Amino acid sequence: MATLTGPDPAGRRLLARLTPGPGGWQVTAATVVTIAVALGLSALLIAVTGGSPSASVQALYQGSMASPRAWSNSLLYVAPLLLVAVGACVSARSGFFNIGQEGQVLIGALAGAWVGLRLALPGPLLLVVVLLAALLAAGGWAGLSALMYRFRGVNVVVSTLLMTFLAQQLVAFAVNTPWLLQESRLGTGVVSPQSNPLPENARLASLGEYPNLQVNGGLILAILVAVAISLAMTRTRWGFRLKMLGLNPVTAQHAGVRVGALGGMALAISGAFAGLAGALLLTSPIGSHRLQPGMSLNLGWDGLLVALVARNNPLLAIPVAVLFGVLRAGSSFLAATGVPSFLVDVVKALLVLAFVAPPAVIALLRRRRAGGEPAGTPPPTGGLPTPTPSTGEPAAPGTEVPAIDVPEATGSRETGSGPTGSEKTTMEGRPA
Amino acid sequence: MSAADNIATILSSGARLTIPLAFAACGEYVAQRAGTLNISVEGMMLGAAFGSVAVASATGSATIGLAAGALVGVLVAVLHANLSHRAQINTFVVGLVLNALVLGLTSYLITISSFTGHQVWRVDIPVLRDIPIIGPMLFVQRWPAYLLLIAVPLTWWLVERSRWGLELRAVGENPQAADVSGIRVNHRRRQALLFCGLLAGLGGAYLAVGEVGSFNQNMTAGRGYLVIAAVIFGAWRLGRTMIGCAVFGLADAMRLALPALGVTINSQLLIAAPYLLALLAMLVFATQHREPRALAKPFQRGTT
Repeated sequence: MATLTGPDPAGRRLLARLTPGPGGWQVTAATVVTIAVALGLSALLIAVTGGSPSASVQALYQGSMASPRAWSNSLLYVAPLLLVAVGACVSARSGFFNIGQEGQVLIGALAGAWVGLRLALPGPLLLVVVLLAALLAAGGWAGLSALMYRFRGVNVVVSTLLMTFLAQQLVAFAVNTPWLLQESRLGTGVVSPQSNPLPENARLASLGEYPNLQVNGGLILAILVAVAISLAMTRTRWGFRLKMLGLNPVTAQHAGVRVGALGGMALAISGAFAGLAGALLLTSPIGSHRLQPGMSLNLGWDGLLVALVARNNPLLAIPVAVLFGVLRAGSSFLAATGVPSFLVDVVKALLVLAFVAPPAVIALLRRRRAGGEPAGTPPPTGGLPTPTPSTGEPAAPGTEVPAIDVPEATGSRETGSGPTGSEKTTMEGRPA
Repeated sequence: MSAADNIATILSSGARLTIPLAFAACGEYVAQRAGTLNISVEGMMLGAAFGSVAVASATGSATIGLAAGALVGVLVAVLHANLSHRAQINTFVVGLVLNALVLGLTSYLITISSFTGHQVWRVDIPVLRDIPIIGPMLFVQRWPAYLLLIAVPLTWWLVERSRWGLELRAVGENPQAADVSGIRVNHRRRQALLFCGLLAGLGGAYLAVGEVGSFNQNMTAGRGYLVIAAVIFGAWRLGRTMIGCAVFGLADAMRLALPALGVTINSQLLIAAPYLLALLAMLVFATQHREPRALAKPFQRGTT
């Protein structure tokens, strides 16, 4: 820190950006308002389309929170969401924005399924190996994007996005290919392609039943990871470098951070956590212990949204992931009552906007009020359509008459003497 | 069926699959040249597809539906532009959220409403369509397909030859310099996005009221992402982008046609091919700096 508080202008700029923009209470108030608006819009949508908002809310609640069994269902989704989100926090903090989690989840599940079905290891060792394989494979998959950036300058967002679709086809290929992971069933019959179920000792145990409330081991793992990453990001040198890299890569480089290595590592870590989430899907009841093409269930995209709402803070991601898990569990229950469960996707998107927009909008309003419209007001040099100064017409209030375009307009034609001529016309151009 | 007939069938279905991509790719090309890596093109297409079918069903005219679809595309673009270039929210965040919003909204609305099918009329030129192999591809299409003959040259002229396009490219390459010389950077980016919304909307609407005639849940099925891949594959040149769209459309047509002909090519590979090609193209072209330098970099006055 000491080196950054010196006279170095770049360092000062970095620290200036570390100070929060809009005040905390303003953001909080605005967020409350925007959430109310989002929920109001959702209710309006249900009402307009002939449904009953209160019945829908009731169904959501019944399916996700009303009973311990419903809670168990919600919590099952929380673990993969949280893991993806924590990874997304790491990569977003470093400025290397990873949006390929959906594919990385699948790659993790693919690697986990392959190891789990091919290796015969005793007891829980197999489970550990499955999780590790998923971690490494998805980390490597995301690492490919980092390598492409490092050696060929390929845009990370684009490559992670494109590789998502490759991962989807890779999984489809794996479960359609007999020698790879296609289910070997004795009878014939048209089934959706999938792999064989994982053996018993590769499944995540439920940590006991507390009157009907089942807590899956994955949830504990995900929370531990979130806490550990949060500590690492706030308390270690690595975390500080990561933040510096994300806020100002140039300064970070001057301060001795190896941009490619650190950013690539962040990308690989975020991929690894997404892969771990894929392994959790595979080894918990959600994925029915089989590799299936659609098994990621958009949890990769949703996990990304969780990180956005949590503003890249892993600890904050825990409650947000619970909220998203509740919505997800509730939506399947909602479908049973006849209301289309897609409605929940709309609510979710509106909620994300409601959480994400306030700080940006407040900052925008502040810039407006301060007079400096963000890249909006054109400098009067624009298209040089009106060389007015010589005619004595006042320029638009608040804008200076720039001295540079005056010689072009009048000076060169009249006298040809640069500095004095231009000075004179500028003086004339400003009426008293 | 003779071999020539098979080729003609594959070519004409390839063309039909290419056309929506080509419209949207024109728009995405403009947005990317201005420096916006617009991910919400998927949402623009999907929303437009829904809007076109809804309006066509309400008015009974597929053509009005087509226009309405284009307007829905513009509407999504307005949202995206204001959130990302006015309020300065991360453009990928905005794109992802808009995609999720449009997907959820259209999926929800289609389950609670029913529309009658409408299709725009088909151009079928009597003599020319009998030209072997290329006849059905060129002369038997829904009429909006021929709008491409205007849209592509117009886009090229706008970007490469007009003053607006010159400033647009400047904004995409070096927004600071553009700002200093008096171009309103974010204003120009918003305009480019609106243009993108119009054309992506046209592409999505063409898919719905042109080819299919109705709306299915998530009917664009990732075509928007394919469009982004096409622009990258085209190395930010309009002509190559169009070739990319044609390659992708043809690969799609082959995937549907080849099993029927008894040819077995791995279908997963064919689906993955466009994305793989786009990645390879990026790896090859990366050193030539074809990418707009400020692509996906937000611009705000006073920051370097």
